[in-house]
Amino acid sequence: MSTRTLRGKVAVGGVGETTYYKHSQSPDPEFKLALKAILAACEDAGLDPREIDGFASYSNDRNEPSRIAAALGISDLRFSNMQWGGGGGGGSGAIGNAAAALNAGLAECVVVFRALAQGQFARFGQGNVPGTVTGELAFNAPYGVMSPAQKYGMRNMRFIHEHGVRRSALRAVSMASYHHAQRNPRAVMYGRPLTEEAYDNSRWICEPYRLFDCCLENDGAAALVLVPAERARELKQTPVYLVAAAQGSEHRNGAPCHNAPLYGTSSFTTVAPRLWKMAGMGPSDVDVVQSYENFSGAVVMSVVEHGFCPPEAVNEFFQLENLVAPDGKMPLNTSGGNLAECYMHGLELQIEAVRQVRGQSTSQVPGAEVSMVMSGPMVTPTSSCIFGSEATL
Amino acid sequence: MSGNETVSASGAGTSYLPEGLPVPRAETDGLSVPYWEATREERLLVQRCRSCGGWQWGPEWICHRCLSFDLGWEEAPPHGRIFSWERAHHPVHPVLEGRGPYVTVLVELPECGGVRMLGNLLGNPMEPVEIGTEVEAVFEHHDHPGGPYTLVQWRRKQDADSEEERK
Repeated sequence: MSTRTLRGKVAVGGVGETTYYKHSQSPDPEFKLALKAILAACEDAGLDPREIDGFASYSNDRNEPSRIAAALGISDLRFSNMQWGGGGGGGSGAIGNAAAALNAGLAECVVVFRALAQGQFARFGQGNVPGTVTGELAFNAPYGVMSPAQKYGMRNMRFIHEHGVRRSALRAVSMASYHHAQRNPRAVMYGRPLTEEAYDNSRWICEPYRLFDCCLENDGAAALVLVPAERARELKQTPVYLVAAAQGSEHRNGAPCHNAPLYGTSSFTTVAPRLWKMAGMGPSDVDVVQSYENFSGAVVMSVVEHGFCPPEAVNEFFQLENLVAPDGKMPLNTSGGNLAECYMHGLELQIEAVRQVRGQSTSQVPGAEVSMVMSGPMVTPTSSCIFGSEATL
Repeated sequence: MSGNETVSASGAGTSYLPEGLPVPRAETDGLSVPYWEATREERLLVQRCRSCGGWQWGPEWICHRCLSFDLGWEEAPPHGRIFSWERAHHPVHPVLEGRGPYVTVLVELPECGGVRMLGNLLGNPMEPVEIGTEVEAVFEHHDHPGGPYTLVQWRRKQDADSEEERK
């Protein structure tokens, strides 16, 4: 059987984002933010926006490719793709879908984007549940379980219980994001460092999560332009290749009413082995990690399930010195991520992963060649991907 | 416990959380109708496959083990063990403003194949919660203009036993 793979077939030609705002502070509506991010990514690539012929997104992004294509005067829209599933679980999935389309010849230039103006629409941290509920919601909302922190808190609590995870591990994740955000002028939390005391004294949102364990709520948009590898070599930036992408869901992870058999997981137990297989790599090959922080505790789960540290070692592994650039053991969330750069539903993590391989991060890991992203822990389906320099192929 | 006076179908009672939270109803396709109807009679029903005998929760149209559509409903002994929990502090609904923390538990029903059910843990919300603690179901009746409904809540078996002794 011939090997079917995305390894090295596609590259990121350009990345772009809008200014990142605190929720409700964007002067622009969401659709305009989407357009601005897409144009910024094209400019970064040195590519005419009219070359775009495909779009991929996730989490029911409201900004439809047909409207974008009409707005930008695109003459031949060839690929429009939405990754099912909520939360940020589709971040790497959308990259994989775009790459698959390019590799199959369905399109020549696909933009992966996410635009989210929580101020214009609804803040994720509030319940946003209607007065009458049915199905899954009927078994949750009447008990006061409505927000993402409440939906996932019990999964995370089970993991914490099973593996004896200490508060210090969660705190280290938050501290790493804030640490890196202080070097990143794009970050919403730039100039607002976090101390251990401030973390420890912050209010509870939903135990096991304190305020600083929870992602931000923001307005903004982000985009990446993907092209076939050979086309990327003609563009302005150093190509950053997709080494592997995987998405999915463990056995019955979506079982209703919190009945997933492996409840205390981030649902990467089946995705991670497929990712490593396509990459032909393992955790020790990775130079820098971006791991989606819906909640700090979920980052611990994701990193364990991708094999960076065994569950019994999390308390030793998750210490700030191990997680910071330039020379931590596993530099983590080097732009500030969802906790401190911007909650752009994790697409800002993809951009940061690309910048690391280009050598353009504000918290650069020297000589970073292999850069990975874990998207949307505990949601279903979830996804992850690995980017690499030409030398890694 | 902190409670809120309600008038319920079974007489005056208290609810753990304030009235005004989203009201549960069965889906229009009828999938979970037997569950919600049984809670009115203080019975806890779980799906059980008539073909392979496997228990299943939440409700679905097909048995995930043997793929039979012949699923029945069986009464579950109304007790279990805490499998996981969380304590919510930040109000996520207007009626929860000022309510203070409340505890949600995921309860495993060992006699029903280990299926899990979610509810609030009645009692002092700041009392430490231990995974593995034995709990029993409490049927919390609610009146509502759109029709009454009943929530299945949980309390520690220890609390239930000491209440029995006082009687």
